[in-house]
Amino acid sequence: MVIKLLEPTVEVVENLLRVANTKLPADIGWAMEAAAGWERNPTAQSQLGAIMENVRKAEHLGKPMCQDTGIPIFYVRGKFDSSIADDIAEAVRNSTKNIPMRPNTVDPIIRTNFGNNLGNGMPCIHFIPTKDDFTEISVMLKGAGSENMTRLKMLNPADGMKGVMDFIFESVIDAGGRPCPPGIVGVGIGGTADECTAMAKRALMEPLDYEEPDEEIRQMEEDLFVRINSSGLGPMGLGGDTTVLGVKIRKAACHTASLPVAVNIGCWATRRACAKIMGDKVEYSQGAVL
Amino acid sequence: MKYIEAPLSEKDVRALKLGEIVAVTGPVCTGRDEVHIRALEYVDEGKEVPGCLNGAVLYHCGPIMKQIENGKWMVVAAGPTTSARMNKLEPRFIKEFGIRAIIGKGGMSKEVCNAMKEVGCVYLAATGGAAVTYAEGLSVASNVDWLDLGMPEALWQFNTNKLGPLVVAIDAEGNSLYEQVRANLKLD
Ligand code: SF4
Repeated sequence: MVIKLLEPTVEVVENLLRVANTKLPADIGWAMEAAAGWERNPTAQSQLGAIMENVRKAEHLGKPMCQDTGIPIFYVRGKFDSSIADDIAEAVRNSTKNIPMRPNTVDPIIRTNFGNNLGNGMPCIHFIPTKDDFTEISVMLKGAGSENMTRLKMLNPADGMKGVMDFIFESVIDAGGRPCPPGIVGVGIGGTADECTAMAKRALMEPLDYEEPDEEIRQMEEDLFVRINSSGLGPMGLGGDTTVLGVKIRKAACHTASLPVAVNIGCWATRRACAKIMGDKVEYSQGAVL
Repeated sequence: MKYIEAPLSEKDVRALKLGEIVAVTGPVCTGRDEVHIRALEYVDEGKEVPGCLNGAVLYHCGPIMKQIENGKWMVVAAGPTTSARMNKLEPRFIKEFGIRAIIGKGGMSKEVCNAMKEVGCVYLAATGGAAVTYAEGLSVASNVDWLDLGMPEALWQFNTNKLGPLVVAIDAEGNSLYEQVRANLKLD
């Protein structure tokens, strides 16, 4: 955690984008090292080794750890006014040039590239107003390899928790090597279709070492962790004991006739960074419970 | 780690074994969705296609590039992209250009494996996201064509130096490590 005196919001967001791109959150690095300790498959060992070496080089050279610098997803929580959206957009434009980040955004129909990671509907910002006295800006860089594996299923309430668990497991197995495992499985259970999908992604912001207070959810997370890692899919889908580093579940109330479940997979490069702006201080970290 | 030198002959690639870890030195070009679409369109229309594709080591990669003082382009980060997106066009692409090796992530379809077997081509799995490590093996682009497709989609060419580590995940007999892993998955 670094504490700095207040900088303009644009600069704070530029810092966030730089940190997220170049420094893997510590909780993911620890989980990866633990995995390398128990992994028995030599191909899997080579993949974990290559990832960790790449992470070290990226941090040392200040380069993005992955060429797919993704779509930056922002969460703004606390007190704020609407001008913050302009600041975030400016920071995205500047950082695309300065870090540099790969220009990823295109028109969905004619596929021309905007060149600056902006364009209609971008940057993607979720606002969470609270009565707190701080402004917290979080960012997650979401690459297409993992985002393209997102699934939503409107289960029948009669499918119960077995239906939920099987759907999550199958989603990860079907994704195979495409979302660059080992990563994090974000899950939303309940809510409406849109809220459910949003929860699944928001769950990926949570540090792996954050202890889930809800007993039932914690048990489900642990069961899925064991079941997925026992599958043998392994890093990059090349076989091994390490397919996920963690499972994170969020729940919300839903209609009595519905049981929505969403899965959003985060790759090993689940790149996050957060800044909490309080008075004239900025506190930086690399995860948030939203 | 085994060091192999591009351009690769059919004999070179047929000698590579499933699961072997290699690094490639020599000419490599990038190509993803748009390069596949345009190259095959050009062939159909009788237009000329950049010669670098013939017998190439093809890297499924959309790199981040930075132009340096002398006008050359340097790689900032360049890991593999998901190969399955190219499944539809790849069999014809491999046959048309005699591709000898594909570097990518996640593996490819049965149809692609068959084309690889027929032509003599291997699939080398790069560690997804290990973009800085692979950037070191690529360094400065020797040439670029079709930059109008955008930075990630352009046809970048490199003289690589020990680009790796890469796992031989589909051999030139069409055997796939991904298939073997899938067949042995524990699904209960
Ligand atoms: S899935 Fe993640 S690690 Fe893999 S290429 Fe995409 S952004 Fe990079």
